[in-house]
Amino acid sequence: MTLLRHALGRSLQLVPVLIGITLIAFFLLRVMPGDPATLILGSRGTPDEIAALTKRLGLDQPLWRQYLTFLFDLLRGRFGQSIVYRTELGPLILERTSATLQLVGLSTAIAIVVTLPFALLAALRKDRFLDQAIKVVFVVVMSMPAFWLGILMVMVFSVHLGLTPVSGFGEGLVERLRHLLLPSLVIALGTSALTIRTLRSSLIAVLGADHVDTARAKGLRGSTVLARHVLRNSLISTISVLGVHTSWVIGGTVVIESVFGIPGLGSLLVSSISARDYPMVQGLTVTFAVLVVLVNFVTDVAYAIADPRVKL
Amino acid sequence: MLLSPETRARMKRNRPLQVGGAMLVVLLLVIGFGGAVFPADPLAVDFSTALLPPSLDHPFGTDDMGRDVLARVIAAGLVDMEIAVVCVVLPFVIGSIVGLVSGYAGGAVDAVIMRIVDVFWAFPFYVLVISIVGSLGPGIGNMFLAFTLVTWISFARIVRAEVLVVKRLDYVAATRVLGYSHLRIMFRHVLPNVVTPAIVFMMSDVVLTILAVTALGFLGLGIQPPTPEWGVMIAEGQNFILDAWWISVFPGLAIVWVGISFALIGDGLDDLLRAKG
Repeated sequence: MTLLRHALGRSLQLVPVLIGITLIAFFLLRVMPGDPATLILGSRGTPDEIAALTKRLGLDQPLWRQYLTFLFDLLRGRFGQSIVYRTELGPLILERTSATLQLVGLSTAIAIVVTLPFALLAALRKDRFLDQAIKVVFVVVMSMPAFWLGILMVMVFSVHLGLTPVSGFGEGLVERLRHLLLPSLVIALGTSALTIRTLRSSLIAVLGADHVDTARAKGLRGSTVLARHVLRNSLISTISVLGVHTSWVIGGTVVIESVFGIPGLGSLLVSSISARDYPMVQGLTVTFAVLVVLVNFVTDVAYAIADPRVKL
Repeated sequence: MLLSPETRARMKRNRPLQVGGAMLVVLLLVIGFGGAVFPADPLAVDFSTALLPPSLDHPFGTDDMGRDVLARVIAAGLVDMEIAVVCVVLPFVIGSIVGLVSGYAGGAVDAVIMRIVDVFWAFPFYVLVISIVGSLGPGIGNMFLAFTLVTWISFARIVRAEVLVVKRLDYVAATRVLGYSHLRIMFRHVLPNVVTPAIVFMMSDVVLTILAVTALGFLGLGIQPPTPEWGVMIAEGQNFILDAWWISVFPGLAIVWVGISFALIGDGLDDLLRAKG
């Protein structure tokens, strides 16, 4: 019951954030130099066509009314019309969302697999050679542009070794995983560079905690202490550490999808900007922010379930 | 600024700061004087020298239009570093002032500012930067604007958190008793004591910013060709990666060099300044 109330309370806090998100997305399209109708039609539009589009988009209305229309359209699931595809944005965006979520899911899983052992090793060997080496390696990894690392990996793994496809999305579970492996790995490595550091510090704190000392004093073997008392706590920290970096992971898909030709939200955003499909850019910006808010909300609740110490 | 002997002794033991600092000096020397030492024209197209592998004449090889890759990497360094520095300093200044005022004023002002910060926080960094630059159109001024709009929140958050701690300290209460104006207290007495974490964060922000600036160039939304820019160069070399790896690999290594040097300086500063506090 308390958990339900916690979740409810958190979701109420989301309302002002969600309203703010729509405001920013709304003004994104309004702050551009020139009026949207002219921009959409380009130089080919005749004055009559521009006037007609201005009326159709409601641009002759006062700003606050335009915003309210935009907001209520969004609430009814109407994102507007794409200029390039000439259809409703909603279904188009929905279709692309699943690809991006698959990429985010796989890269999060890889990030956990990479983060846990390295953070644990670094914490156990604090300030020793191994700790320093892990630190140096991931400073280098963090400094690599994801798109560059992606190109190099394609060159090595796809072209020279022939292990993975060069680009695309693949059909069926096995093919899909093969296609998503490299892009997910690139995103996961960048994320791990951030999460390993955070998790290492929290592990060092756990290793020095009283309950770990007690477990050792009871005469439990080192490996038992590690598995039962340290690792369990660190799994919980991993959830919250990853939650903090969700926005980073989701943002990372934008560039990577373009490199690997994955039909997700990110590659759609980039191609829509190049095609000056402004309603699409607006719709996608809202979608990305809402995704981050939702994932953060889920992590928050998951954290509350996993860690009984969180005050509900 | 005079350094105490103690601080100087700690700097001598601070490996990350030394290595990062040395790497930054090398970078600045190459960007600053590389053009004079190695006077090849980064824009000179010559198809007779296209796609040459690295050699003594062209240490980094040439690209598909016969332009010298080393000369282009050096010229691009100037462009990228200028953008990165401005894109970090502007949000640092604006975010720090907002965080200072927000934390110091408290109450309704603080509540409103923090809600605005929450909203911006919801947007993935890359999505907002790409959307803003994409909507405004490519151009250096628009990139300054986009990065400032997106990253001031980090500095505002960091400085505000520090202000909340410092403002309860006795010395701030003392300045109030002395009847100093709020402006004077904020900028003369609180700011110097809260700005350190923001400066440390500025170093890691340089890394994030250089990655994002080059990503924009790579996607064709940032600096436009033929102006040499690391991200643009990597994109141009992508089609030749199998036959002429050097076109894409060297600008990438330059980005990694910048990233490592600032990440190490950030680490080193963090150690140095935290030990002091």
